Amino acid sequence: MTLLDVSGLAVRRADGHRLVGDVSFALDAGERLALIGESGSGKSLTALAVMGLLPAGMTAHGSVLLGGTQMIGAPDRTLNRVRGRTAAVIFQEPLTALDPLMRVGRQIAGPLRRRGLRGAALRAAVRAALDEVRLPERVARAYPHEISGGQRQRVAIAMALACEPAVLIADEPTTALDVTVQAEVLALLDGLVAGRGMALLFISHDLAVVAEVADRVVVLKDGSPVESGRTRDIVGQPRHAYTRALVDSARALEGELDRLAP
Amino acid sequence: MRGRFTFLAGCVLVGLILVVAAVSLVWLPYDPADTSGGRLAPPGGAHLLGTDKLGRDLLTQLMVGARIALTVGIGSVLVGGLLGVAGGLIAGFATRWLDDALSAVLDILIAFPTLLLAMLVVAAREASLGSAILAIGLAMSGVVARLTRILVKRVLAQDYITAARTSGTSWPRVVAEHVLPNIWPTLLVNLSLQLGLAVLAEASLSYLGLGPPPPNASWGRLLQEAQATVLTSPTGAIAPGVLLVVLVVGVNLVADGFRDLADPTRRRTR
Repeated sequence: MTLLDVSGLAVRRADGHRLVGDVSFALDAGERLALIGESGSGKSLTALAVMGLLPAGMTAHGSVLLGGTQMIGAPDRTLNRVRGRTAAVIFQEPLTALDPLMRVGRQIAGPLRRRGLRGAALRAAVRAALDEVRLPERVARAYPHEISGGQRQRVAIAMALACEPAVLIADEPTTALDVTVQAEVLALLDGLVAGRGMALLFISHDLAVVAEVADRVVVLKDGSPVESGRTRDIVGQPRHAYTRALVDSARALEGELDRLAP
Repeated sequence: MRGRFTFLAGCVLVGLILVVAAVSLVWLPYDPADTSGGRLAPPGGAHLLGTDKLGRDLLTQLMVGARIALTVGIGSVLVGGLLGVAGGLIAGFATRWLDDALSAVLDILIAFPTLLLAMLVVAAREASLGSAILAIGLAMSGVVARLTRILVKRVLAQDYITAARTSGTSWPRVVAEHVLPNIWPTLLVNLSLQLGLAVLAEASLSYLGLGPPPPNASWGRLLQEAQATVLTSPTGAIAPGVLLVVLVVGVNLVADGFRDLADPTRRRTR
């Protein structure tokens, strides 16, 4: 059975305007798929639609099967059983994705409690979760504003992994970070996904990052997929003009670096 | 450091009134209805602050007044806070027509003059401590609900709410763990400011004769009774006025302090 099967997904505003249209892809255990496109191309809406969490006033159409559960049109109670356990999300901006008034340890404990952990076992699980994302134990007592951006994103990763999801959705997880921290967080994410045999749905606008982590790519433009296939093929021989523009601009940046420091 | 000082100063002022009110429960210099002191006796001697025009001991009246001021203040904040926060939560979560309808009701409630509302409540019930609390609390609930609604909407738009939802947290849990803790600091500051306003409102109602009826010696009524004789015996007007200022300023300083204490980002920078 496919872990995540999206077919003919469309997202519409209340006035009928189509924001995402006809997106289809499938994801199995251990697979890594990237959604790539410029801002406003519907990448994040697709991720939210997969979780059944579209903003008020938007509706999803088509079919999203997550671990066998139809996510479109299902009641909240059904969705809550799937959320976090079958799939979890890491967001772009770690500062706003963490509750500013809650200590980091308690935030990580939140999803852990859903696994029935309490008391000493819960505290041990929080320590283990911090350790897994290479954060020192004292971070548990800090508030989000007291730690660095990279540390915050590690906390967000720890929270996402707390329920041991089968699918990890990473929505631009490194965009808000410094380039050096980006590499660290990407490496960490890469290791964790491989180690747990999770499926990864990676959302990004950065072709270089996508080339590093994803095996397959779906290129979105204005809410519709324009091209999809293996990352190597797409980067090597882009067929659609938009994909070619993406590849060319990524190469141009790299060429600039080569020119300055050959 | 400055924040801590104002907070402490506020606590001292409010504490002073609290102690006076607490003492009044167990001990009073005279019986509140005792008129044996002679009319308008000057301060000093057997009557520390003198007597009013009926010969009642002014200090006794003021101590009973502290109790009434605090009762009405805290009571109406409870009424207004519960109604307001509940209404604001509903409006904050509501979408479209329900939100619009609730907002219209709140607009009317806020625009309605407090005194007129109090007169209606008094006319429907009777002039009593409970009526004063109900009227002031009702008027307050509109403002509190308005604030709660906008705070809830702002918190709900945050990523950490979506993040909590993606990990499968149910709405009631999201409200208890994320929404209420995040709107609480602002609400607490506002509710404490509202307490000060409620004390003033009670004084105004009593001054107009819409508050708790005699022999309840509300500060507002003491002011009104002392008005005619303010030139010959000023203590009767000055003393309740000073106490009102002490309580309201104290409450406002405490409210300021709460804002600093409740916010961890401010706590660190201080």
